[in-house]
Amino acid sequence: MSGLLLNPSQYQRLLEGAWFTVQILGYSFVLGVFLSLVFGVLRLSDNRIVRGIALTYTEFARGISSIVLLFIMAYAVPILMGLPQANLTLLASIALGLNMGGYGAEIIRGGILSVPRGQTEASIALNLTNNQRLRHIILPQAMRVILPPMGNLTIEILKGTALVSLIGLVDLTGAEALAFNGQAAPTFEGVRHSRAVFDLNVLVMYFVIAQAINLLFRRFEARIDARFESRKGEIAPVEDAIGASK
Amino acid sequence: MSAQASSSEPMIEHRSIWKRPVTWVAIVAFVAFLVILYVLGTRELTFGTDVAPDPNLKWDWPYVISLIPDMLNALSVTAFATVYGFILAVILGFFLALGRRSQSRWISWPVSGFIEFVRSTPLLIQLYFLFFGLASATPIRFSSNQALILGLGIHYATYCSEAYRAGINSVPGGQWEAATAMNLKPSTTWTRVIIPQAIPNALPALGNYLVAGFKDAPLGFAINVTGLMFFATTVRGRDFRPIEPFLMIGVGFLLVSLPAAWLIRRLERRISYDRI
Repeated sequence: MSGLLLNPSQYQRLLEGAWFTVQILGYSFVLGVFLSLVFGVLRLSDNRIVRGIALTYTEFARGISSIVLLFIMAYAVPILMGLPQANLTLLASIALGLNMGGYGAEIIRGGILSVPRGQTEASIALNLTNNQRLRHIILPQAMRVILPPMGNLTIEILKGTALVSLIGLVDLTGAEALAFNGQAAPTFEGVRHSRAVFDLNVLVMYFVIAQAINLLFRRFEARIDARFESRKGEIAPVEDAIGASK
Repeated sequence: MSAQASSSEPMIEHRSIWKRPVTWVAIVAFVAFLVILYVLGTRELTFGTDVAPDPNLKWDWPYVISLIPDMLNALSVTAFATVYGFILAVILGFFLALGRRSQSRWISWPVSGFIEFVRSTPLLIQLYFLFFGLASATPIRFSSNQALILGLGIHYATYCSEAYRAGINSVPGGQWEAATAMNLKPSTTWTRVIIPQAIPNALPALGNYLVAGFKDAPLGFAINVTGLMFFATTVRGRDFRPIEPFLMIGVGFLLVSLPAAWLIRRLERRISYDRI
């Protein structure tokens, strides 16, 4: 069993890489959620041109391979835009965020469509503006449908962050290569491990991060559900209202 | 000359190092060198950032056309790896789905754990494990293509198993009860009643995973598969022109995956139409 565990210094290196993985996941998550909100809502716009633009974006982001998008971002975009020394972390986050936004927009669109039509009609009847309707009526109810697939999508993006090691960033995957190659140094002390042990350890670390994301989303879902339950309790006493009016 | 040298020899031996002119010349030169360094150099190590790309580099259509034959070669490598990997995934995924539904905990729990683990870890590292890891720890050796096919197959088998599971669950419970009432053997129930109804339900999801597998197949580049990504990076290294090859394969992916997504949507609509 101890043959499957790495040395403390190697674990430290892997943990540094894991922290970078979490960071880049955070950046792309923020961008991805923003894009999916914007384009998910635009997909349902009344304006045909706006709808067409949103459709083009989602089809593009979902149709292109994330690794190809990442390489285009890392190698072609700096030349096309004339950036002399581009920030690779930023470009990689943008690539992953664009990818996530395409899938997320479809999730958000599905969530909005799942809200009963009467809710929209009621909010129009109450003279709410479009923004108010979206913020206070539609999205809070759509959240229950949106969250579970959004959690899966976030795990997909976590898996996608492993690709940034191929453009030279040191995330968990990149740190694995560094730690493994570090064993070849003549000054290296301690047990040398095979590549298989490194791979298995890194796989387990990714699995742990994925389960943590899963747990976070579950808790968030539970909280939203709880809010719905309590809301029901507040609104329920309709008979009282009738009684008061008598 | 020789007499002078022999007479001066003892003098040199006894003269202090500080009285030799050579010493002073060396010290002055060293100080002057430091002064020059101080004047010319800066305190921080910086490199010039004038590595901006050649401004005269323009999109070049003849160059793009000259790359097409190589790109088609690379595309066939990626496409065949995808197809073989997906055939493996469809078969293996079915057994994973059956294993997960098994009555025995000794089968269903490990299978569920395996599915969860493979689904939530990156394909890239699974490929590393199959290609570098196994070769380093065991006598098993896979070629690059075999490792890619196996990796894609196992990764998407876990996805396919979920699609099958959804398909099997969508068969109404009455079908199971009817099969029991007619005293059909379990094997007959599966092959004649459940699977023929479950597979059409699972088909659109399976099609989506085929497209997703095609989009993941260029990852084989990390284990030396000579596919699309290898084509683009090699051309970039050879000609110092990254824009054309990368945009070409990007457009190539869109040209394949958009029609595929459209076909799957039609298939989905048609199947749901048939069933109503």
